[in-house]
Amino acid sequence: MYSAQSPSERLAREEMPLPNKQGFHCFLFSMIGLCLALFAVIVFASSVGPVPIPFEQTIAIILGKLGVHMETNFTERELLVISEVRLPRILVGALIGAALGISGAAMQGVFRNPLVEPGYVGVSSGAAVGAVCALFFGWSQFSLWALPLSAFMGAVLAVIVILAVWRGSRSRSIATLLLLGIGINSLLSALINIMMASSTNDQELRSIIFWLQGGLEARTWEHVQLIILPILAGCLITLLFGRHLNMMLLGDDQAASSGVNVRRTRYILLALASLMTGSAVAVSGIIGFVGLVVPHMIRLLTGPDHRFLLPASAFGGAIFLVLADVVSRMVLQPVTLQVGVVCACIGAPLFIALILRSRKGGRTT
Amino acid sequence: MNIVAAEKISIWIDGCPILRELSFSAQAGEFIGLIGPNGSGKSTLLRMVAGLTPPSSGQLKILGRPIAEYKSKQLARIIGYVPQDTSIDFDFSVREIVLMGRHPHLSRFGSERQLDRIMAQKAMQQTTTLHLADRMATTLSGGQRQMVLIAKALAQDPQLLLLDEPISALDIRYQLYVLELMRKLTGKGITAMAALHDLNLAARFCDRLVLLHQGEILSMGKPDEVLTPDIIQKAYDVHANVSIDPLLGALTVTALGERNDFTHHNFH
Repeated sequence: MYSAQSPSERLAREEMPLPNKQGFHCFLFSMIGLCLALFAVIVFASSVGPVPIPFEQTIAIILGKLGVHMETNFTERELLVISEVRLPRILVGALIGAALGISGAAMQGVFRNPLVEPGYVGVSSGAAVGAVCALFFGWSQFSLWALPLSAFMGAVLAVIVILAVWRGSRSRSIATLLLLGIGINSLLSALINIMMASSTNDQELRSIIFWLQGGLEARTWEHVQLIILPILAGCLITLLFGRHLNMMLLGDDQAASSGVNVRRTRYILLALASLMTGSAVAVSGIIGFVGLVVPHMIRLLTGPDHRFLLPASAFGGAIFLVLADVVSRMVLQPVTLQVGVVCACIGAPLFIALILRSRKGGRTT
Repeated sequence: MNIVAAEKISIWIDGCPILRELSFSAQAGEFIGLIGPNGSGKSTLLRMVAGLTPPSSGQLKILGRPIAEYKSKQLARIIGYVPQDTSIDFDFSVREIVLMGRHPHLSRFGSERQLDRIMAQKAMQQTTTLHLADRMATTLSGGQRQMVLIAKALAQDPQLLLLDEPISALDIRYQLYVLELMRKLTGKGITAMAALHDLNLAARFCDRLVLLHQGEILSMGKPDEVLTPDIIQKAYDVHANVSIDPLLGALTVTALGERNDFTHHNFH
């Protein structure tokens, strides 16, 4: 500021041209890039499997589904495998990955803590209790939808309880919310353990464990229809809060005095993240690490700007989960692993490597 | 018109009275210094005017309108606030941080336009932080960070600037620099209120001083009306000598010692 440079020098520096729209173009290109990457991953995931289908046919079938018809011939069987077996599963995976990725990014912003994941406000454990109840009390025999519905209700109830207790708490700080989440999470997992321990039926116990590990097998177009609306709407609304989240990173006072309604923004974002995570967990079971690792990786690579971080985390989460699902199907054929387990196996080492390699965008303290 | 008009404001936090029945006002172009011992309520007063802590009782009006009637964005177009804690933990560039000050002028769906970039540029010029524009805020010194956050507040294009101990952590060069900037801004019609600990600098730069003591206004007025040995004794429990600095022509307060011990030891 009061440096050794002469006044004229300082003036010359101050007449730098205004920054142009480079930033925006950069943003647009990376979004298009991520879109294409997601499409490529979907094509890849649709073509590999016990019945390999060439990429050309796969692309033709997927584009055909989107209404674009190509001059490539494919068999009836290939069409059936892709459009009825693989595509719904992949789309469910992509939607869940996007939901977990963007919720994780939003949550980490709200809590100003890059180690938070969407489950921290009780969504996942609430959903788990709901799902385990459905399996334990046999509701899932009555209808295919009893399990996801019960899981979703569990998620919503858990979040409502936590937010209500938080509102009634004395300090109402964000740290209190985090601690409340940890407390209620352990209480709920104790409930799950009680139900698992008192389960008398091996088959039932097995399905509880499978659900808790998170999986995508046998997901259908009905599952896609069930979650597409809450997740896409949740993503779009969350994207409107990028600037608010950036400002809240500077501290509540800084944000509030620059015109952000901090408390309202926080409630909206927590509600959206819970809605998306709740919908995702309801159809897939608990898939950890996506919501933690994906936003963290993107932040380490590109910095903390949420206007980029939020959409990139959605795409990144979708790509990550679809690829993890491919791995879970292929790596130990014919045995398929649960995708939640694969996510943790890939995610954890990746996470550690990135933390060691770079500190960009994290806390400096 | 009064930019700020406070009437019989009290604030209670967890059953403790922090501010008691304060009444004061601030006019356009004034530089008001808030002085007083630690814990006398200076920060709370500033937070209240900034709309961050609502008054428990009394009437606070900003530009003639009760503060509760403003939406957060409307208030942010009038008031810029720089808190005491200026730490920045995240890797934003200086330009990004200053541009955040334009938020109250943007719609929810809109992003920054050319005008916003120009305003941010101007704010950085005023605070001579333009050469830092592309630096990461985490790499700045304390003084530079203070200037950047003042630039962010200025980018909001406020009529009232509130600063909570803006110079306490700075070296003497930056202390003078911040206060000179405040003088320059108030010369252009902006009103500034700053909590200050250095009585000499407060006397030298401020138009008016408000001396807080245990949540009450002990004295308010021009520096020479507020800074008398009697009042200083009452507020700080310190015996002080007040003189005119021959070089600056401003009041100088020299703290001598607690109570009358000093006179006892040295003059007898």
